[in-house]
Amino acid sequence: MLQGALEKAKKAREKKALYGEDIDLEKFIKEEAGEHERLNKASEVPKKVQESLLKVGVDPEEKERAGTFIQVDQSGVCSTCGSESVEIMGMNVATEKYSWLKDYMWKAVAVDADKYTAQTALREAETGETSGYFIHSLPGSKEVFPLQACMFIGDEKVMQTSHNVIIAEENSELHIITGCTTGEDVSSALHVGVSEFYLKKGAKITFTMVHNWAEQVDVRPRTGIMVGDDATYMSNYILTSPVRSIQTYPTAYCPGKNSRIVFQSILGGQKDSVLDTGSRVLLEGEGSSAEMISRAVSKDQSQLYARGHLAGRTQNVKGHLECHGLVLSDDSMIYAVPELEGSSTELEMSHEAAIGKIAEEEVQYLTSRGLSEEEAASMIVRGFLSMDITGLPPELALETKKMIDMSLKGM
Amino acid sequence: MVVKLLLEINDLAVEVNGKQVLEDIELRIGEGETHVLLGPNGSGKSTLFMSILGFPKYKVTNGEIIFKGEDITNLNTTERVKKGIGVSFQNPPAIRGVKLMDLLKVESGQPIEDELSPEMMELSYKMKLDERFLERDVNLGFSGGEVKRSEILQLLAQKPDFIMFDEPDSGVDIENVVLLAEQINILLDKHKKTGLRQKSGLLITHLGYILNFVNADTANVLMDGRIACSGSPAEIMEDIRKEGFKGCVECCKVH
Repeated sequence: MLQGALEKAKKAREKKALYGEDIDLEKFIKEEAGEHERLNKASEVPKKVQESLLKVGVDPEEKERAGTFIQVDQSGVCSTCGSESVEIMGMNVATEKYSWLKDYMWKAVAVDADKYTAQTALREAETGETSGYFIHSLPGSKEVFPLQACMFIGDEKVMQTSHNVIIAEENSELHIITGCTTGEDVSSALHVGVSEFYLKKGAKITFTMVHNWAEQVDVRPRTGIMVGDDATYMSNYILTSPVRSIQTYPTAYCPGKNSRIVFQSILGGQKDSVLDTGSRVLLEGEGSSAEMISRAVSKDQSQLYARGHLAGRTQNVKGHLECHGLVLSDDSMIYAVPELEGSSTELEMSHEAAIGKIAEEEVQYLTSRGLSEEEAASMIVRGFLSMDITGLPPELALETKKMIDMSLKGM
Repeated sequence: MVVKLLLEINDLAVEVNGKQVLEDIELRIGEGETHVLLGPNGSGKSTLFMSILGFPKYKVTNGEIIFKGEDITNLNTTERVKKGIGVSFQNPPAIRGVKLMDLLKVESGQPIEDELSPEMMELSYKMKLDERFLERDVNLGFSGGEVKRSEILQLLAQKPDFIMFDEPDSGVDIENVVLLAEQINILLDKHKKTGLRQKSGLLITHLGYILNFVNADTANVLMDGRIACSGSPAEIMEDIRKEGFKGCVECCKVH
């Protein structure tokens, strides 16, 4: 790591994040990167783990997958790749292989953003091991099958950090499915995932992430996306299972002209979950556009914060921010914070936020077709959350629909 | 011939938000019979439908509703529907994210994971609704005609024994009225001989246009929350065409 970055990280060691409960990092165990054995292929993970992986869209059989990376706690246990257009490998391997990779580290996410980024960097420096994955597509290539990456927490009280770098070279297209989950015996843990995306001219990345954590897990992903000219980035985030807390606010920087960003999130709050998720797009290149859409449902005692910040900083940019919520219990809460910032003429930005209840009229309509009130309500909630995900190749669209349906079954 | 009664409403009074909206309602519909419900705007036609369906807002303060010989007055909507009551709404609500396709599966008793059955697919085509249309969120952005066709299609999936149609012909062009009437006739066993019909219907119509294509056995006129008269649909329609519902008001005074 560059000396400057390390110094910054040291200074930010105690720096609280702007949002979300402050997590005491001392409570967690820092396992070493060699703790878990390496595997040749994903199907070698134990049966129980395979079941967990399937629930977050990661296929242990690797059918119709261009490649796979699995990290268990701090160890990268498996990376396979069957594609000529893309490569996927552990960051520890990638940093050895490509000396230029350091130019992409801590550039899209600030190392001193908060204590979590700082902790990730300090751990890299102390151990000399960078956990996480590296994905790289070759210029002009197009891989229709998705790469799959899994962050798995297998041991109790573990602090998992990962530092992922994803680079799509000029005019290339790649699709990623990420599933994050915990083992059956794990109740509490901390996950910090730093992800840095770089989309060069004309590149396209779709990134679909499903989270299914144990009920006492704290999650602090930190994501930055640098989007070049004519590039497209689409993110789909799905979380419907109980978790202790999640706080994340991915930011897309769009200095490139005619870039396009889509953030879609499906959030189902259950039990005591505190979900604080947002997305931010800074439109700085002419002709760029962004759409940020979230659907949130709160049950039980859950608290959901749905944030969004859309900034238009040059002419001829467009953006829309949309956030719809259903509050299903009096003890739960949805807090929608859509922010628009325009600092140039000739731009168009809008937002739409609505929080409400299940419409009585809709329930009655369905009961008049023979559904019970409970069946009707659950059909309406699932319908409300099931967004049409656009921009994916047909096979992946179908797969994503299945992933969403599976996640919504628990709602 | 003695017709077996399918629906029997005795001395029914209904309140909505504390306000009396229906009173002294008497209605008997035999197995295989089709009745039409006429009446000016605001006379309580749709209210009677919702009361028969058992929507929570419609509080029965007196009387009873007997269906297939069983008192259903205290059953909820789901239970009534499961006994064989169906309805096509005039302005059904749009439900975001709930696909017409999935609703059809539920209504025809199919698991949601399965492909829509070939019979249902064929019926959809008959109603001029293709696969792409079935993938749409139910009633969201449907045109007037599409709403009606989707409502009738859902009834074809449900196969109820007693069906209420709320203005199935309003806002529909002639070509589509014929198409809808064809299927309504199938739903009501009209292709069978009178004595062999088992399905019954109650139709609300404003203009009576649909009656050119669907034969009704009896017409009932609802005025101010009461049934003013019942009789031959042709005669009553003719009177209403000539003098409007004015004549019915006169009739009410006599009774």
